Amino acid sequence: MPQAATRRGRPAAPLAGLPGRVLATLGSLAVTVLGLLFVTFFIGRVMPIDPVLAVVGERASPEVYADARAALGLDEPIPVQFWYYLREVAQGDFGMSLLTARPVIDDIARVFPATLELATLGVLAGVVLGVPLGVLAAVNRGSWIDQIARLVALVGYSMPIFWLGLIGLLVFYGILGWVGGPGRLDVFYDGLVPTVTGMILVDAALAGDWTVFGNAFSHIVLPASLLGYFSMAYISRMTRSFMLEALSAEYITTARVKGMSEWRVVWVHAFRNIRVQLLTVIVLSYANLLEGSVLTEIIFSWPGIGYYITNALLAADMNAVLGGTVVVGTIFIVLNMLSDLLYKFFDPRAR
Amino acid sequence: MSLLDVENLRVSFDTSQGVVEAVRGISFSLGQERLGIVGESGSGKSMTGRAILRLVRPPGRVEADRIALEGQDLQSLGERQMRKVRGRRISMVMQDPKFSLNPVMTVGEQIMEAYLLHARDSRRAARRKALEMLEAVAIRDPERVMKAYPHEVSGGMGQRIMIAMMLIPDPRILIADEPTSALDVSVQRKVLSIMDGLVRDRGMGLIFISHDLNLVSEFCDRVLIMYAGRIVETCDAARLHEARHPYTRGLLNSLPRLDAPRARLEVLARDPAWAEGG
Repeated sequence: MPQAATRRGRPAAPLAGLPGRVLATLGSLAVTVLGLLFVTFFIGRVMPIDPVLAVVGERASPEVYADARAALGLDEPIPVQFWYYLREVAQGDFGMSLLTARPVIDDIARVFPATLELATLGVLAGVVLGVPLGVLAAVNRGSWIDQIARLVALVGYSMPIFWLGLIGLLVFYGILGWVGGPGRLDVFYDGLVPTVTGMILVDAALAGDWTVFGNAFSHIVLPASLLGYFSMAYISRMTRSFMLEALSAEYITTARVKGMSEWRVVWVHAFRNIRVQLLTVIVLSYANLLEGSVLTEIIFSWPGIGYYITNALLAADMNAVLGGTVVVGTIFIVLNMLSDLLYKFFDPRAR
Repeated sequence: MSLLDVENLRVSFDTSQGVVEAVRGISFSLGQERLGIVGESGSGKSMTGRAILRLVRPPGRVEADRIALEGQDLQSLGERQMRKVRGRRISMVMQDPKFSLNPVMTVGEQIMEAYLLHARDSRRAARRKALEMLEAVAIRDPERVMKAYPHEVSGGMGQRIMIAMMLIPDPRILIADEPTSALDVSVQRKVLSIMDGLVRDRGMGLIFISHDLNLVSEFCDRVLIMYAGRIVETCDAARLHEARHPYTRGLLNSLPRLDAPRARLEVLARDPAWAEGG
């Protein structure tokens, strides 16, 4: 009898064909971003906010109004307007913000690092605590560990963040004085380290100024812990359910038959199989945090992108809103693409 | 001395509807022979294999008067010592390589791991052993297969890989739990004869769990017939057709035969008394 041949001629190396895949990914990225831009542009057109009025004021004469309208390019046909919009966005020009009287792109460059810093610490805490907690809960299903993990996650799901944030500030800042208050730094540390990345922890570390670093850390630790707690709640639940599924698989019995320790069964044989799903969950959590957690940023006076967009929205500052939306949307898309690429790296069947 | 002695083995599950007994007090011993365990789905044959390896997960419960491997009592062993029995002394091949091989590890990694778990040896030596083992199960291009992932090999090849992996630590007993049920009929015999050859060369004991009477009578020396968690009959494989128990006769009569075609196959009769008696 002829020997059964492998289905594919030769087992693919993990990174074979990567350039082509990156190219394809970039292509679909471009299409998706174009779609995003179309949507934001369209929203800008249908919003019942007259950008001309916002510039000239309510008591302007019809001539002044018409001049301003022409100057803003609003007398052109819609497709031409969209083309102008694309051209400007491509140059990083989202227009001026009415609220801050500065280019929107400069504003975003200022507020986004604050969110990035907070979200990164938050998601790190969520992963470092949530993944082991979820695995532990799955391995000891039904035991007291599982019950505690369930309770922790339930509290995380059901406690409103504005309440937890205020109580946290009251207890740890107001009463105990363990952490810094709202804002990113105490006032007298402001502007002490040169801005490189805009993330104060990183900038302070780069400048070697550990006093500023410590102060920034005392300010970020509470909001980051809160965000971390919420993402931990989600990540631990997802980890638990992925892990339960993996542990019931037949290859886990195989692993046990081979005579390996339960630790190795769980962390090598089962965990390797859930990495892909877990990655998607983590990336989505991160993307959510990067959109700016508005409530957290408001409670902690954290000048991040959620705070910025919300303020702009309340002031009908459409350039800022649309610019912010495009940036946040693009980040979301890029992160998703990245997780797709990593997916293929971690799962041999997806190659 | 026999390789394995099992006395009054019982496996039960506590469920919300009460206790379900999957295996209800079976006894047998295994020498350097090929022992078939035959029975329909739910007769407890798979649970018997898993109970010997102590791989029945809670809420399943295993009790026995005695489970002895080469005279050594397995029930008194702790989990850590039991791990040295699994793979190293008793191993098991399962039904479908599509599910029983880890999809995200290469074939080579998985085989080498089976060896290195029990041998103090270098990775280089493990690699050489794995290649030898793959050749022993008639895989033509072992170097390439080592680097392949399970989804890249066919079912028959996957099962031969599984056999290589389970035999590489050189165990004394192999439990084969429906090893060919998931395979195409055309490769079943090839896989079985490879397994059979290796088991015989190494003087191992084989427990071949199957529902296929023809395969069992061909590849085994002795057959246990299980019904509802009990052994209803034991006989020589060569004399299976002379079996006397009505359940065994029923199983035999429900097989289609080329030499004696019948318009209508017999339906298996079930007598509650068989589940109670022996």
